[in-house]
This record gives sequence, C-alpha cells and structure tokens, in this order.
Amino acid sequence: MHTLPQQLANGLFLGSTYGLIAIGYTMVYGIVQLINFAHGEIFMTGGFGALTVYLVLPHGTSLWLALPLMLIGGAATSVLIALGAERFAYRPLRTAPRLAPLIAAIGLSLALQQAVHNLYPKATSPRVFPQIPSGPWHLANIDIQSGDLFTLIAAPICMVVLALFVRKSRTGRAMQATAQDPDTAQLMGIDTNRIIATAFAIGAVFAAVAAICYGLRYGQVSYDMGFEAGLKAFTAAVLGGIGNIYGAMLGGLVLGLAEALATAYISDIPGMQQLGGQAWAPVWAFVLLILVLLLRPQGLLGERVADRA
Amino acid sequence: MSTALLEVTDLRVAYGKIEAVKGISFTVNQGEVTTLIGTNGAGKTTTLRTLSGLLKPTAGTILFDGQALNTVPAHKIVALGLAHSPEGRHIFPRMTIEENLLLGAFLRKDAPGITEDVERAYALFPILGERRKQAAGTLSGGEQQMLAMGRALMSRPKLLMLDEPSMGLSPIMMQKIMATIVELKANGTTILLVEQNAQAALSLSDQGYVMQTGQIVLTGTGAELLTDESVRKSYLGED
Repeated sequence: MHTLPQQLANGLFLGSTYGLIAIGYTMVYGIVQLINFAHGEIFMTGGFGALTVYLVLPHGTSLWLALPLMLIGGAATSVLIALGAERFAYRPLRTAPRLAPLIAAIGLSLALQQAVHNLYPKATSPRVFPQIPSGPWHLANIDIQSGDLFTLIAAPICMVVLALFVRKSRTGRAMQATAQDPDTAQLMGIDTNRIIATAFAIGAVFAAVAAICYGLRYGQVSYDMGFEAGLKAFTAAVLGGIGNIYGAMLGGLVLGLAEALATAYISDIPGMQQLGGQAWAPVWAFVLLILVLLLRPQGLLGERVADRA
Repeated sequence: MSTALLEVTDLRVAYGKIEAVKGISFTVNQGEVTTLIGTNGAGKTTTLRTLSGLLKPTAGTILFDGQALNTVPAHKIVALGLAHSPEGRHIFPRMTIEENLLLGAFLRKDAPGITEDVERAYALFPILGERRKQAAGTLSGGEQQMLAMGRALMSRPKLLMLDEPSMGLSPIMMQKIMATIVELKANGTTILLVEQNAQAALSLSDQGYVMQTGQIVLTGTGAELLTDESVRKSYLGED
C-alpha cells in the first residue's frame, strides 16, 4: 500500500529500530567519546542470542511465551559481548590516541561478524527468525504487521525508562557527571569505570531489543545485518546530535520517516522515476545526513559544547 | 601540639618519563591551613591530583588519617574524608547548582544531613542559593569557584584541598574567597591550599611550603615565609 498514513507508519517502525540502536552509539560517545563501530555487531549478536533461545525451547512453544525469554537471551548475549569489548578492547586504550580505539572497534566488528558467520550453525546464510502468528492488523487504513506490534510497544517503553533512569536515578546522575567531566566525577566518589560499563550495557540491551524488532519485521537474522543497520543508526545518532539520548531517538525517527517517504514518493517526481524503491533507501538516509551536517553540524538536538577546560 | 592529618613522604610523580614531583615530604596538621606556593609547573597541582588519586605516585607514601592512600582508587578517596576542589573549578556545567552540590554528597546516604549541608552551602554563598535551579555553566568565574568549594564541602571532608581558588577572579571576588577560607578554618576545617597569589595565601596559612621544579625548597609558618627575603623576591614581586 502506498497511502501516506501507511508510509508514515512504516517510517516510524523503521525509525524506532534505528533509534534503539542509536542509543548505544550516543551513550558510549557521550561518556568516552568513542564511536563504537562494533555496536552494529552487538545488535547482530543480540538477534542470534534471541534466536538461540527460541531454538532451544521445546518445539511449538507459543511465541508470546517465547518472546520474553528471547528478549532476555538476546539482551544477555549483547551485554556480555559489549562488556567484554569495553573491558578488554577499549579500556586498555582509553588513554591512547583516539584513532587506536576506533581501529580496535572496526577490527572487533569484523571479528564478530566472522565469528558468527563461521561458528553459529548454518549462519553462512540468513537464518529464519520466528514470526508472531497473527495479524496483520488494520487500523484506519494502516496495515500493522505482527512484528511491528512488538516495536510499537517496546520502543516507547525503552525510551521512557531510559529517560527516567538518566534523570532520576543515582546511577543516571553519575552518568551525566561522568559524561561532563570524568576526572571530577571521580573526585565526587563516582566509580567511572563502572559507569562506562553501565553505558555499554544499556546500549547493548537496546540493541538486542532492536534486533528482535528487526528479526520479527524481516523474518530473518544474518551475520552481516549489523553493518547497514549499524551505519544507519550511527547516522541517526549524528543526525539527532551525538551524545544526546533524545537526539538519538529523534534522529532515528526522522531517518526512518525520510527513508520511507523517499522510497515511496521520490519516483513520482518527474525525471526521478528511477530513484524510487528500496535499493535507494540508504542513499536518501545519507543525503539527509549530509544536509544536516551542512546546515546544523551539531545535529538536531546537539548543543555546541565548548571544549573542556 | 598539633597532630598530623596528612603526612606525605618522599612523594614522586611522573608523566611518562618526565618527573613532575621529585621526592617531596610535607605535613598537614589537623585544624590548620597549609599552603603550597610556587610558580607554574612547580608540581603543586600534580601533588594535589596525586593525593586525591587521579594520578598514581611512582614512589613515596601518602598517609591520610592513619591510612596509606597510594593504591586507593580516586573514587574511594573522598569517602575517606579527603575532598578536592580542582584547579579550573571543574563544576558540571550542564547541571544546576543544586545538582552540583548534591553530587558532592554522592556517597552519603543521610538525606536529612545532605539537605542541611546544601542549606549551609547557600548560607556560606548566598548567590548560589538564589540561583540554585540555574545551570552551573552560566555562573561567573567567581560564582563557579564558590560552587566548587561548596561542592567539595558537601562530603563533610576531614581535609579540604583547594587548588588555585583565586585564579582568574576579580580582586573583590578573590577577597571573598579568601575570607571564606578564613571562615572555614575558624569552623575547624583543615585545609590544604595551592595558590599563586602567595601574599594572600601565606597571610592566612599556619604552615607554608615553597615548591620549585618538583621539589620543596623552603618551609616555614605563613608569617615566616611572608618575611623571607627569597620568597619576597620570587613570589611577592619585590625587588
């Protein structure tokens, strides 16, 4: 269907997934100024962790029962890998020149892809992800796929919980302090290593939720699914203003909407008939990124922050 | 006879191969104001950052209130009663004044006591109370200095370390900060002060140490150092 409400809905579902992944980029960047290029793979391993849980459950288990367990399994996998990466790859490089952890992240990204490709059973090609056996639902001209229902519920819950956590909890305040001035945060008695690990863990949980959204939407997970999704989510984080968690979600939604609308409508413009369709979606995503970087380099919600004294 | 709260012995600190503090020893007595003076690069700030655990010494011992601090991580030192108001103030700019003060009490669990101490900080620095909901980054330099001091006091420290509290401040603001130090001392707070403004610092100090390229070259009471000829020449701008 090519109706406008349908395209807007598609954009929101897509954008929510981008936003959830973008949280991981932005939280880690906000605290340690590292672009964790392995985050796409943390997302991917979350998908495989969830799939594994589904596969070990007795055949015929209702997906409504399986989903919570898959969520736990996926999140546990992602968190474990994110914490391992932080502890053994990034922490030893924390005082190294910035290029070093960046290269470590790219190496880790490739290593994780290849590890899943070679070690996970039959993962050399995409593996089928279970589907919610009902729907689609029709809601005022919009088709909501069963998989998107999960996104519709999970994404807002995650965002509200995170916002409350960062603003109200003790750990959240410690996180803000660490992001603004890590040395001084230690002088307050904040264990900044623990806070940094927490930021990685939260990003990993959100990535696992996103991976389940992705698996339910596309019906599959694959060892290389983290590449494009990670790149788009990184774009969303920059678009929204990297370091800002609300920006990450907003950037994700804007990117998702732009992609959905561009894919559906750009071919209606005379002379641009060939530019429609899914294959061009990443092009519009990056065109949007370039425009934002030209017109508002700090991102939609980013602030120009003076360098630390 | 006064008792030592902090005893530093043969402390050495290096940045890579460059040694910034070359074996210094000094003592901070309970209830007194002790000052380290010296020019830029003498190692004063490095010394304070080592005491609060942000830097690790390569040699020497730090004995604080009977406990060795050498291997204690920075985030555990404030719990032992040592608070550090760092050079350049380092308030959390995007948090409100009140949130900054509360972070100073991060490890404390006694809510009523914390509320009481926030009010005490506002009593000490009324301008902070008037602007409690304002982002700390919008304060003037002097007000930020007040906030940094107030924040350090929020942990109810046994020893308060102040690094260059008068740096970059107007003369009036500087007087206000120095008067606050006198007031804190009168209330029994033990203070370790690092200052480039030697005149002001020494006149309110019980004990002073002169640092030069990583070493302590002269020791005396504040009054003794103020009248010492070499100090007058080097640090008080007299010929």
